[in-house]
Amino acid sequence: MTHFNRRQFGLLLASGAATLALPTYLRAQAKPKVVVIGGGAGGATAARYIAKDSKGDIDVTLIDASDMFTTCFFSNLYLGGYRDFASITHGYDRLESNYGIRKITDYATAVDRATKTVTLADGSTVPYDRLVVSPGIDLIYDSVEGYSEEAAQIAPHAWKAGPQTQLLKAKLDAVKDGEQIVMVTPPNPFRCPPGPYERASMMAHLLKSRGHANSKIVIIDPKEKFSKQGLFQEGWEKYYPGMIEWYGPDVHGGIKSVDAAAGSVETDFDTFKGVLLNVIPRQKAGVIAAQAGLTNETGFCPIEASTMRSENDDNIFVIGDACIAGAMPKSGFSANSQAKVAAMTIRSELTDSKAFPAKYSNTCWSLIETDDGVKVGAQYAPKDGKIASTSTFISQTGEDAAVRKSTFEESEGWYKGITADMFG
Amino acid sequence: MLRYFRQILSRTKWFATTFAAGLLLCSAQSLAADASRGEALFKACSQCHEVGAQAKNKVGPHLDGVFGRKAGSIEGFKYSSAMKRAGDGGLVWSVDAIDAYIHKPRTFIKGNRMSYRGMEDDQDRADLVAWLEQISLTKPSANANVPSTNAVVGFATAVLEIEGDPDYGAYLSGECVTCHQITGKADGIPSIVGLPRDYFVRSLFEYKTNIRQNEVMKTRVINLADEEIAALAAYFSSLTPQ
Ligand SMILES: Cc1cc2nc3c(=O)[nH]c(=O)nc-3n(C[C@H](O)[C@H](O)[C@H](O)COP(=O)(O)OP(=O)(O)OC[C@H]3O[C@@H](n4cnc5c(N)ncnc54)[C@H](O)[C@@H]3O)c2cc1C
Ligand code: HEC
Ligand code: HEC
Repeated sequence: MTHFNRRQFGLLLASGAATLALPTYLRAQAKPKVVVIGGGAGGATAARYIAKDSKGDIDVTLIDASDMFTTCFFSNLYLGGYRDFASITHGYDRLESNYGIRKITDYATAVDRATKTVTLADGSTVPYDRLVVSPGIDLIYDSVEGYSEEAAQIAPHAWKAGPQTQLLKAKLDAVKDGEQIVMVTPPNPFRCPPGPYERASMMAHLLKSRGHANSKIVIIDPKEKFSKQGLFQEGWEKYYPGMIEWYGPDVHGGIKSVDAAAGSVETDFDTFKGVLLNVIPRQKAGVIAAQAGLTNETGFCPIEASTMRSENDDNIFVIGDACIAGAMPKSGFSANSQAKVAAMTIRSELTDSKAFPAKYSNTCWSLIETDDGVKVGAQYAPKDGKIASTSTFISQTGEDAAVRKSTFEESEGWYKGITADMFG
Repeated sequence: MLRYFRQILSRTKWFATTFAAGLLLCSAQSLAADASRGEALFKACSQCHEVGAQAKNKVGPHLDGVFGRKAGSIEGFKYSSAMKRAGDGGLVWSVDAIDAYIHKPRTFIKGNRMSYRGMEDDQDRADLVAWLEQISLTKPSANANVPSTNAVVGFATAVLEIEGDPDYGAYLSGECVTCHQITGKADGIPSIVGLPRDYFVRSLFEYKTNIRQNEVMKTRVINLADEEIAALAAYFSSLTPQ
């Protein structure tokens, strides 16, 4: 299934032939180069849109450490038993075959902004005219005392999808009736604000469906409130009475430390124990962003609201979880939306295509129980140098079952839509 | 050679599917159908389909003469390639096939673009199909592909007079295709590729004015100026479903 129509294909061939006829130094100038670091929600979308819309006039290289991408979105549904792992894992083959994108499977270790090159773990370098940085998040393990990358092998965070998600699933599957799970959730800002609470719902669903209604999930939260709180708490009472307990700082007094081996979380007022700990620590932009000098004191990257351009470098665009996007939450939907603004800007700079005023959008669905989906979303536009929301909505408590069911079906449609939009 | 094989394969697959569907339908078939209920039940379809004398293509193809017709075969209508493949693979519309299709549109033909959830009730389907069988004997309009222009109400007509900028529409569409697949597949979110321009414009106005209730669409449409709606309509109606 190719996505180029005949005319575009002809153009591709024509420009390919022209390129071959030129001497090397001219060839380098003939086609501008865009390099994208990170093949997730932001990066894959940006690479695809630049390649698709420039119809072969821009050389696009996509660098991701892995040859497969597992989406964090819907990984909670995998935990709940609604999806298998393969259904949330995607390859880059169509981006290569249908859009002519060069995919490099390696880790980017450095960006040299002076020479405009990216260095890979194997020592080779890749030159760029414009660079898109979409590395997602990295975890600040020691933001929770006692937690570390090693401890995550016992108490998974599963906040980057992949082996961590499978580890959490295996441990969840081993929980017996009456046993307790303790979740430690992160402070703001973090990837996917409703994510931890959807995860608690999905874990409770799995336990309940196995007849383990005496099990319990305790959430120790450093925040006083959380995304879609009313909707989640209503759902928890309805479907999982007594199974999910949420404690904010006024109940636990503050998180002091975790002991993964002992399965305990110590807070100011109490010690919580569980057979399974899910610790989601504080987050920062993927480390490459700091290495490249794109972050500020928050650990994330300031950008220009109308283009997604880094405030620190005119040739670099930072999108997705790694950037500071004003009112937009860190979500796959947001990353995908920001990618399109960056792609349009980059194309207009490199090929003189038209640029239009930036618009952004987001919707986050969460599943509480089978056929009971809720959503929150907004539209955004640049305002006074920041990305501000222009209209918002959220599902209501007490909605009828038919509305919730169609909301869930919508989220399934969206998953197909966004993954097709990322990977072609 | 390969192509030949694929054809055989898809034919066998069709045979298997229709056969299985036939078996499942035994219960539906044994229901006594009451065609007099059909017209009311067709309300579920009339948003997209016309049937009866002078019927035209709308969002969906007209249904005149549909019984015995090869699937996906009306000249000039923008079918999905899934629907055309089904037709080429041997699917011909019959009472059983239509019943099975409208029961579960998404699973009966994977990747088709009919954005309809499905009619659960066996009796309702039997009655509707029985009515359809009678009414569809009429002749369609001679130029069934010329869109009717009176479908748009009130202020929406102003938008139809604006010639949309398809380049702008292409950029704006980026926001839409995170949910509505650009291939035109309907997988839980309706297909909007190849929708007639007037229908497209009218439905956006229906979200804007609360005639249709869906929060994700409402929040998006509220911010769209007339030029933007026109640009989107120009772009999406120019696409061909895959
Ligand atoms: C449990 C959970 C549920 C979620 N649910 C939703 C949801 O329902 N809806 C929603 O919209 N969002 C959801 N999200 C959020 C969403 O997953 C992220 O916001 C989104 O993936 C961010 O996109 P990104 O491009 O910034 O980063 P990512 O998608 O994480 O992509 C970054 C990629 O870059 C690679 N990378 C990083 N550094 C380098 C380097 N130096 N060299 C090479 N490769 C590198 C990484 O390996 C990764 O593949 C969820 C998240 C979680 C954890
Ligand atoms: C939201 C619009 C919509 C609704 C509602 C809808 N349809 Fe369709 N229908 C379509 C579209 C679009 C197609 C073409 C599908 C394709 O090409 O994949 C189609 C195709 C068909 C076909 C195949 C026709 C052919 O020429 O092959 C039949 C039969 C059909 N619909 C019957 C119905 C019936 C009966 C109902 C009501 C129960 C219904 N449809 C409701 C949009 C709709
Ligand atoms: C967050 C997901 C999402 C996004 C983004 C989105 N839509 Fe929709 N759209 C939907 C859903 C869900 C429906 C069905 C709503 C209903 O039941 O009325 C819909 C319905 C529609 C319809 C009516 C289809 C029909 O068959 O009647 C049109 C037209 C439409 N959308 C156009 C757009 C355009 C144009 C955009 C971009 C500006 C857009 N949509 C963005 C989810 C979305």
